[in-house]
Amino acid sequence: MSTPVLDVRGLAYAYPDGHQALFGVDLHVHRGERVALLGPNGAGKTTLVLHLNGILAAGAGSVSVSGLPVTKPNVQEVRRRVGIVFQDPDDQLFMPSVRDDVAFGPANLGLRGEALERRVREALDKVGMVDFADRPPHHLSFGQRRRVAVATVLAMEPEILVLDEPSSNLDPASRRELAEILRGLDVTVLMVTHDLPYAFELCPRSVVLSDGVVVADGATYDVLTDDALMSAHRLELPFGFDPRTIGSPSAG
Amino acid sequence: MGAGHGHKLHYHGHSVVHRAPAHLKVASLLVFMLVVVATSRTWFPVFGVYLALLVAVIAASKVPPLYIVKRMVVEVPFVVFALLMPFVATGPRVDVLGLSLAEDGLLAAWGLLAKGTLGVVASLTLAATTEPRDLLAGLERLRVPHQLVQILGFMIRYLDVVTEEMRRMRVARESRGFSARSVRHWPVVARSAGALFIRSYERGERVHLAMLSRGYTGSLTPGATTPGATNATPTTAAPSSTTPGNHA
Ligand SMILES: Nc1ncnc2c1ncn2[C@@H]1O[C@H](COP(=O)(O)OP(=O)(O)OP(=O)(O)O)[C@@H](O)[C@H]1O
Ligand SMILES: [Mg+2]
Repeated sequence: MSTPVLDVRGLAYAYPDGHQALFGVDLHVHRGERVALLGPNGAGKTTLVLHLNGILAAGAGSVSVSGLPVTKPNVQEVRRRVGIVFQDPDDQLFMPSVRDDVAFGPANLGLRGEALERRVREALDKVGMVDFADRPPHHLSFGQRRRVAVATVLAMEPEILVLDEPSSNLDPASRRELAEILRGLDVTVLMVTHDLPYAFELCPRSVVLSDGVVVADGATYDVLTDDALMSAHRLELPFGFDPRTIGSPSAG
Repeated sequence: MGAGHGHKLHYHGHSVVHRAPAHLKVASLLVFMLVVVATSRTWFPVFGVYLALLVAVIAASKVPPLYIVKRMVVEVPFVVFALLMPFVATGPRVDVLGLSLAEDGLLAAWGLLAKGTLGVVASLTLAATTEPRDLLAGLERLRVPHQLVQILGFMIRYLDVVTEEMRRMRVARESRGFSARSVRHWPVVARSAGALFIRSYERGERVHLAMLSRGYTGSLTPGATTPGATNATPTTAAPSSTTPGNHA
């Protein structure tokens, strides 16, 4: 296969207070894939995500994005290629208007004037929020803010979109709408989630991280139906949800 | 309490005063304040003219006078201070309603009250008729240092988030049977304030991480896509954002 969009090898990391969160993680994601990153609380998922664009620097091992190693000198280009949508939209949206917030990323990349305007409009269009361009983000509903947060990252035209718990705190309708948006995007996706039906619905492949190591990597259907694996890593399907009765979803 | 959304000082409207460019309003406020402060407090009729001017602007803005009056509570500490002055000042005395008051103190109190009130009402009028966002853009156009405008912007943005967090913490405290009724309860309130400070600080760090993730390198591009300013803003913005880099 071609160079993976995301190539993580032997990644280990300890926080400054000495707590080791990752112990040699290997992960490869290829172009066009949608991968779910599953795992119990404290498994190291967010820590891993923060390595993907160089916010945290690897203690050991390496991360590269489309062949470009994530190192200090490359950090600006890496951040263009990897778009991270954080869990709390209030952390991400800080400008006085939705338009300014979506423009923030591409403006940092040097876009100006008409090109910038167009980028902003396209990104808002993809998430169905064009009509909200001039509203202040803090006056939007939570679901709308989450969508704008996705737009702020899409506006940078990343090669891979990384979402940290995208469905948390969304009502069922917003959750479904976000799924439709994500499915409609033509971009590689890595999605951290505790929402197993969501992972099943959107991601043909799942990776399970537990105590800082990858303990499973395969088809989402196989992972979710492996009872021994699931219970060993504190993963539980919600009441009434059984992949076996739904069957393998159509890939893509 | 409070409607929970919107900035509590802004009164939505479409009057001439609302539509006037923000930088003009800020500059006028500044000039007005300087003139008021510079006016000798014994020129009594002149203050009447100032007041008339303000009342005219408020009338034109269609902001209900009561709306402004209610928000004048910020002035209360000054009023108390002003009221004390005639009693504590020394010098020749006059008798008012049987009280012996210092003439100088009386005059000083009048000056403080008149100038203070004019200033407060003028500022409230600006706040009531200008969206925070426009205010920032106006300051930017008045060439207020970029970093300062940026800090103000963050403050406006996260004031709501922090007050909401504070409210939630209070509700959670009260739900567990606590309410701050006497001084003995203050330590608990202080500890909540400490927790709020740490949370805000950590949120600040997360916001910073999210900004870095979108390629932030230390300078915001001011109003890069402010509507209707597509051409003017980027060209004026470009030099101001490149010069610091070259000299650094
Ligand atoms: N700033 C920090 N300093 C020290 N230890 C940390 C820090 N952040 C996280 N940790 C620790 O690192 C481990 C992994 O945390 P991480 O946030 O990556 O988990 P997670 O998989 O994202 O969990 P969740 O599902 O709850 O979000 C945890 O044991 C956590 O306590
Ligand atoms: Mg996490």
